[in-house]
Amino acid sequence: MSEKLQKDYLDDLPKSIVDQIESVCAKKKLNEQQKAKLIEEVRKEYLKSMYQPGEAIGIITAQSISEPATQMTMRTYHFAASAGIQVTLGLPRLIEIFDARKEPTTPMMTIYLKQKYNTKEKAEEFAKMIKEKKVKYYATEVSTDLTNKKIKIVLEKAKKSEMEEIIARLQKSLKGFEVKEAQKSVVIQAKQDTSIKELEKLKKKVLALYVTGVQNIKNAVVVKEGENWVVKTLGSNLEYVLKMEEVDSTKTYSNNIHEVASVLGIEAARNVLIKEINDTLKQQGLNVDERHITVVADIMSLTGEIRAVGRYGVAGTQSAVLSRAGFEETIKHLVKASVRNEVDEFEGIFDNVMINQQVPVGTGMFELVARIGEEE
Amino acid sequence: MLKQENKIDVLSHELVPKHYIVSEDEKQKVMEKYRITKMNQFPQIKASDPAVRAIGAKPGDLIKIIRKSNIAKEVVYYRLVVEE
Repeated sequence: MSEKLQKDYLDDLPKSIVDQIESVCAKKKLNEQQKAKLIEEVRKEYLKSMYQPGEAIGIITAQSISEPATQMTMRTYHFAASAGIQVTLGLPRLIEIFDARKEPTTPMMTIYLKQKYNTKEKAEEFAKMIKEKKVKYYATEVSTDLTNKKIKIVLEKAKKSEMEEIIARLQKSLKGFEVKEAQKSVVIQAKQDTSIKELEKLKKKVLALYVTGVQNIKNAVVVKEGENWVVKTLGSNLEYVLKMEEVDSTKTYSNNIHEVASVLGIEAARNVLIKEINDTLKQQGLNVDERHITVVADIMSLTGEIRAVGRYGVAGTQSAVLSRAGFEETIKHLVKASVRNEVDEFEGIFDNVMINQQVPVGTGMFELVARIGEEE
Repeated sequence: MLKQENKIDVLSHELVPKHYIVSEDEKQKVMEKYRITKMNQFPQIKASDPAVRAIGAKPGDLIKIIRKSNIAKEVVYYRLVVEE
């Protein structure tokens, strides 16, 4: 390493180490000279423990995460009859995260409430309020009159204001049908030439119509977490919930990575990514160093959007043709590359292995340059 | 219907680390430090990213992000604002 490069790295010891140096200095009452010496020693050790330039950390990361993951398949439990929300765990969840699916199989939110609402009663009331309610929720009896082409829905549970809401929404979404309100029930009159199949379809549509609550939130339970009463939900709608008055918008969390990316930004999504991978592994009793997970998260968020690890993401968008072809779908990539007249610069690892050349890893990354007659 | 406050304060959320716009001077220093010759060597962030909009950065700006880390407490990261 050149003198200059060394100086750059020496200038920024991580904050945790700096803090530790400070605390040791305070405890042992070191003077300036001793402190300078301590810092010098710590820096030496720090530099020694760092990865050397050219180290293939990607491969080390891949190994460190995949090896424990092979142990996961056999150990997936289901917690039958437990209170709370059933979440996808273990290997399926891990695959889901690395594939960067648009919607996780069980999207989930943890909603923290503001101090004012942080009681059991208020939290329960809030949970009840945000649960998405469809016409189906209020309906106690549904009957279809096939001769007169009528659908009658009895709504015993609905209060007067909710009744109005339902009628208004029905009228808005069912154009061309007659919606009549009767005693605690709604009658929908379809045209006389409607077939039975269409009538059934209409019934389904009506029952699935959204009335109140927060859309997409299928269930909400109140859980005590330390001092706080938090609401855990199945289904997530972060954007809407963060705007609500009762919600502590500094802590509320969603496990839907793409949703977090669009509402709070790529850096927040990266944090969720790390937390989700970490939690999934920890929950299975596996211990993977956080540094490896950070490498994956950094690569997945490199371009400003979350990319999957695989054919359509990180590996599929490499610039070198042979690297792509060597990964998956060889023929497709080679044909496309020849049509487009692409050039492979042989700067990557995979393509160089293929043609039996020195790979740019470790010492293979550097070349020596002799500077004859140059003074230090 | 449920009540809605108007705006989400993105930067106050605990998942969002601190974002700063880097001055032209500092930008040169950063590029020198990390031996960056082409701008596309920087990690990127979209101009439409909520955090970028919150601090009012434009495409071409460099953003300094101070992340919290369990290992090093604080980590400095840079991202270049790019158009969609």
